[in-house]
Amino acid sequence: MIRQIGKRLATAIPSLIGVVIVTFLLTRVLPGDTAAYFAGPAATPQAIAEIRKTLGLDRPLPEQFVRYVADLARGDFGNSLTTGQPVITEITTRLPASAELTLAGLIVSMLVAVPLGVLAAVRQGSLVDHACRIVATAGVSLPVFFTGLLLVYAFYFLLGWAPAPLGRLDIFYSPPPQVTGFFLIDSLIARDFEVFRAALAQLALPALTLAIFSLAPVARMTRASMLAVLASDFVRTARASGLAPRAVIVTYAFRNAMLPVVTTLGMVFSFLLGANVLVEKVFAWPGIGSYAIEALIASDYAPVQGFVLTMAVLYVLLNLSIDLAYGVIDPRVRIEA
Amino acid sequence: MKRREFLQSMTALAAAPMLSAPMVWSPARAQSRAETLLFVTEAGPNNFDIHGVGTNRPGYEVSWNCYDRLMSHGVKTLADGTASYDRDKFVPELAEEWSPGDMSITFKLRRNATFHDGTPITAKDVKWSFDRAVTVGGFPTFQMKAGSLEKPEQFVAVDDHTFRVDFLRKDRLTLPDLAVIVPAVYHSELVKKNATDKDPWGLDYTKTNIAGGGAYKVTRWQAGSEVVYERNEDWKSGALPKIRRIVWRIVPSAGNRRALIERGDADISFDLPNKDFAELKAAGKTSVVSTPVGNGILYLGMNCKNPPFNEVKVRQAVAYAIPYQKIMDAVMFGLANPLYGGEANRASSLAWPQPHGYATDLAKAKALLAEAGHQDGFDTTISFDLGSAVISEPLCVLVQESLAQIGIRATISKVPGANWRSELLKKELPMIVNFFSGWLDYPEYFFFWAYHGQNAVFNTMSYQDGAMDALIDGARKAAAEGDAGTYATDVKGFIDKAFAEVPRVPLFQPYLNVALQKNISGYRYWFHRQLDYRSLGKA
Repeated sequence: MIRQIGKRLATAIPSLIGVVIVTFLLTRVLPGDTAAYFAGPAATPQAIAEIRKTLGLDRPLPEQFVRYVADLARGDFGNSLTTGQPVITEITTRLPASAELTLAGLIVSMLVAVPLGVLAAVRQGSLVDHACRIVATAGVSLPVFFTGLLLVYAFYFLLGWAPAPLGRLDIFYSPPPQVTGFFLIDSLIARDFEVFRAALAQLALPALTLAIFSLAPVARMTRASMLAVLASDFVRTARASGLAPRAVIVTYAFRNAMLPVVTTLGMVFSFLLGANVLVEKVFAWPGIGSYAIEALIASDYAPVQGFVLTMAVLYVLLNLSIDLAYGVIDPRVRIEA
Repeated sequence: MKRREFLQSMTALAAAPMLSAPMVWSPARAQSRAETLLFVTEAGPNNFDIHGVGTNRPGYEVSWNCYDRLMSHGVKTLADGTASYDRDKFVPELAEEWSPGDMSITFKLRRNATFHDGTPITAKDVKWSFDRAVTVGGFPTFQMKAGSLEKPEQFVAVDDHTFRVDFLRKDRLTLPDLAVIVPAVYHSELVKKNATDKDPWGLDYTKTNIAGGGAYKVTRWQAGSEVVYERNEDWKSGALPKIRRIVWRIVPSAGNRRALIERGDADISFDLPNKDFAELKAAGKTSVVSTPVGNGILYLGMNCKNPPFNEVKVRQAVAYAIPYQKIMDAVMFGLANPLYGGEANRASSLAWPQPHGYATDLAKAKALLAEAGHQDGFDTTISFDLGSAVISEPLCVLVQESLAQIGIRATISKVPGANWRSELLKKELPMIVNFFSGWLDYPEYFFFWAYHGQNAVFNTMSYQDGAMDALIDGARKAAAEGDAGTYATDVKGFIDKAFAEVPRVPLFQPYLNVALQKNISGYRYWFHRQLDYRSLGKA
């Protein structure tokens, strides 16, 4: 097991090196002049040259690269110019915010999409099947910022059920002492249920927005893979042996249909983590996606590089854990590896 | 973990918050809501120090409220009943009084003023702070220079509570320039302690730490998300502010900022888009204040260095082809001061900005274009900063449409924010839509940056003309010497010339729009277009 993990991690090293080089070059090739941007509106060419020098941007590219890699090796991701903070602190505070939101959205989506997909497959062509199709199509075709704004309008502005869309906590609460960075978990650790409630209330609408968006792939994948399994020989045998339909579907078919669903979940999670910028913008969520976008607009190299690198590492870890989960779900996969 | 145990613990977790529900509406929280002011804006600060590299406008706001200056501006009531800073009236802040001499000015500092850590503020700190502003380079040094404050030798700490500024030359802008955001007073010992060899002025430290003695202290900051301030109870440089705690939340979505103010959750929404402003005003639930941005003009600039816009007649043709009224109605929702349709292309007063004499007249535009030898028109591009797309994009489309009618085929180029400044510096864009405003509200200041042949970055058109330079320099000199007659002639002279040769076509003077709950009082417009918390009150 440990050897397997070690082997997998070793194969990831070349791709990480590639990511470091490519992000470095890409950020340099991007149009836009960092120095001119940060010199402010009143800059003279001399002032811009001075800033370029302080930022080390006047050096030849190879030299900049060596310095960048040396900093990375010491765990220094550099400073963000737009927020003025070290990139590493920003990422460690913002990544849990995004992860908490994405996980919550994914859990809600799973709770709805998996049963829906299973039902749609079992009762193929029925009303449930059509409902599944409609929900999936609607969910994926509505842009997230639109669903988000619509939910805010309905549940905050009109009905007043949801709290103000002001990020992770209402202004009168202080964040719980950081352990995991997930407010829901940290507040429970601190036994501060008031903060837990507040954080949960803030999380509800954005998580729902994400859930609606990610419903489609999960529901469709569950349905397709259930259909394939239900048509297979062992299910026919189970049915012929007179097992209860519930036992056939839940115990035999579902577990076998899980594999592609877990793959899809993993993909959806990693995709959403970086791509839910729009949800973050709508709900003023201090996540990592909006951080990267803002940095990109300002030609702020360090956060962009830090973001891409973090994401790459995350993908590697995520894929590894999905592969490990395969082994738990389907022992055959373990043997092959 | 066994499945059953797991399920049990999950049920316990789910039940826990329900038990605690009654705690949520504690009386202490309601109390603090009354003493706290919540305001929302689109962007937050990146640096608390205006001397820092690349400090953004929200950063200026932190500096303004957390540091003291020697002097500040008084307040006046505008024609529409709203309050604004008074350009011509200076009031004491850190300095109790001052006495201007012929070639210097001497300030007497308050004896009881202290920094946030309790250390008394002395003239030594003021001197160190001003030295820093003129030495660090970049924006602060540039802004100090605008008031002829250039060398450390100009600043003298006479004794602990007496501070003198020596003039390099007579300049009317020296005094106003001492009341802008840049000459803030820093705790010199504290900053020096945190300075390094690489960073002798401690810019890294002040980026995220306040080393001042201003009315507010930053107690919590999360970049891109929120800033929380607490009142400085020992503030001596003015009346103690009424609001104890200020929470500034960054809400990027304009729609949500509006929902927050309409629902009454946010107390102030600063810098609203025009459309929201017009609709909030019509709804009447909140009070809305809109003030013209002083010395600020949104304009269409043409590159005078290269053909075809190096020809005056082509530029005039463009000025006659702009659909001014349509822009005012459809883009600005009427929320701007029109700068067109004056009686003639001559200065009617010494005020700036003032309307020019061009109006939409396509026949005249066509004739002028033909006279310049371009009867078949030509191809060109109009560029704008993507960061200002809300206004610039529809505006450019209207201009494009109108120019097509006189044969000028323009394509629109959207330049991302990071590129915009470097593109402006190159001065190659043929036609741009841009905004410029000067902190110091004097016509010669505006013209010195925007029309003078020194070709500063704000002279985006690369307009260079010896006679224009002579008029601008003349006005600056006359203002310094108090020669009102020459000043009037020169100011009128350069305005006339700017109208006749139109290197840039002024379109309108935009407003700064703010929405406040009805129980919020004391809002004031400031030249820096940021919020001053010190005068605010909550009933």
